[in-house]
Amino acid sequence: MNRVYWMESKMELRKMARLKQYSMSTFCFPLMFYIFFGLAMPPLPGGASLSRYLLATYGAFGVMGATLYAFGTGVAVERGLGWLEVKRASPMPPAAYLVAKAAVSLTFGALVVTLLFALGAIFGGARMAPGQWALLWTVLVAGAIPFGAIGLAIGSLAGPNSAPGIVNTIFLPMGFLGGLWIPIGFLPKVLQYVAQFLPSYHFGQIALAILGAPTQGSVLVHVEALLGFGLVFAGVAWIAQSRDHEKIYG
Amino acid sequence: MPVAELRGVTKRYGEVQALRGIDLSIERGELLALLGPNGAGKTTAVRILLGLAEPTSGEATVFGHHPASQEAKVRRGALLQVAKVPETLKVREHIELFSSYYEKPLPIAETIAAAGLGGIENRLFGALSGGQRQRVLFALAICGNPDLLFLDEPTVGLDVESRRTLWAHIRAFVKRGGSVLLTTHYLEEADALAHRVAVIGRGRIAAEGTPAEIKAQTGTSVLEDAFLALTHENGNAAEEVLR
Repeated sequence: MNRVYWMESKMELRKMARLKQYSMSTFCFPLMFYIFFGLAMPPLPGGASLSRYLLATYGAFGVMGATLYAFGTGVAVERGLGWLEVKRASPMPPAAYLVAKAAVSLTFGALVVTLLFALGAIFGGARMAPGQWALLWTVLVAGAIPFGAIGLAIGSLAGPNSAPGIVNTIFLPMGFLGGLWIPIGFLPKVLQYVAQFLPSYHFGQIALAILGAPTQGSVLVHVEALLGFGLVFAGVAWIAQSRDHEKIYG
Repeated sequence: MPVAELRGVTKRYGEVQALRGIDLSIERGELLALLGPNGAGKTTAVRILLGLAEPTSGEATVFGHHPASQEAKVRRGALLQVAKVPETLKVREHIELFSSYYEKPLPIAETIAAAGLGGIENRLFGALSGGQRQRVLFALAICGNPDLLFLDEPTVGLDVESRRTLWAHIRAFVKRGGSVLLTTHYLEEADALAHRVAVIGRGRIAAEGTPAEIKAQTGTSVLEDAFLALTHENGNAAEEVLR
């Protein structure tokens, strides 16, 4: 039985690693933006470098992307174009499908975060205590879980052709408005207000708290908010999936 | 005991009555072809027998179990109409993955041979031709060494040569003792492969028997004429009922 989960995850990883759209969008956006904003920009007035601060936020952005693309686009395409039916007619345990998508999100999330850390440490002079590096890495990668639920909800509702566009229009603005591209304090007040309603903002704040960077509100509230988003979207996905079983066919 | 059975099955999707009371059984070792025009309810009947849809009324069983049960799933295989199969897995990887779902699958090499995939097993699915793609789907249907196979329009869109190749592999499966439910709207396909034919029109079984019996019943020498006579007649009958 465990072999099924292992095989499903292994094949899903191979499948996604060979899918250029996925590996490109997962790696390019966060690494490129980090190089532009975290490494190429001059230090802020007062000498504070952004390279360490932005490791937390672009790490969050990278994990969010790896997860939203794997679940959102992946599920929408497989559900909408008949592949999920083939799987559902087979003896595959349904949970194996989700476990495999989660394995891809966690693996690619971990790779993005590790690459960002290496860039920051080598070229950006980012320094932290070993325990801080480890904790930040773990928290960032674990962020794949609530975002996996959001992705699954998108994948369960969106059509196969519109899903990639929908994921992009959610992912990129959510990164910017959640303060993951440039520090939230640089955004206009009205956008800072909007940020509170975005899971990306809460994820970024948790990561920043580990660095000891200035954050807004308590960490516990951010954790609760992120868990809340995860649960609500898991529920949405559940309802959408059960309604999906009764579609019209010829 | 039949290997799969529909008893008094109806299926309604909102306003659409897809099946209006179907009795159908597939016996051990036979290939039953379910014939009908598009929208007649063929795919709905298959979806119910695969546990992908629940009947509105009536009962469906596969090996005496509910079609969605694990007991039913491990003893059957299915080739469904699918618009997009993941293209970045190799043929062999697709087969290895599906084989892992079953307790006693065929050896991978045997599945590859039985679906005529020798020589292309290391190609990515996305690099295959239409006929090769259908043979991979056939391989995924038989890799678990099932007793019963569902083939939903397996040769649609294939050229003559690919169609004949797939037919040969289907015949070989039946020869090894397997049972098959095949849906098709190619009458030639039913004539060539089926032991028994059930003609379905507007959600009802219009006729059932060997291809020869069906032809005799309608006084035609070609199954296509019999088919047109039956589905047309049935259509008129349905219209009368509606009036």
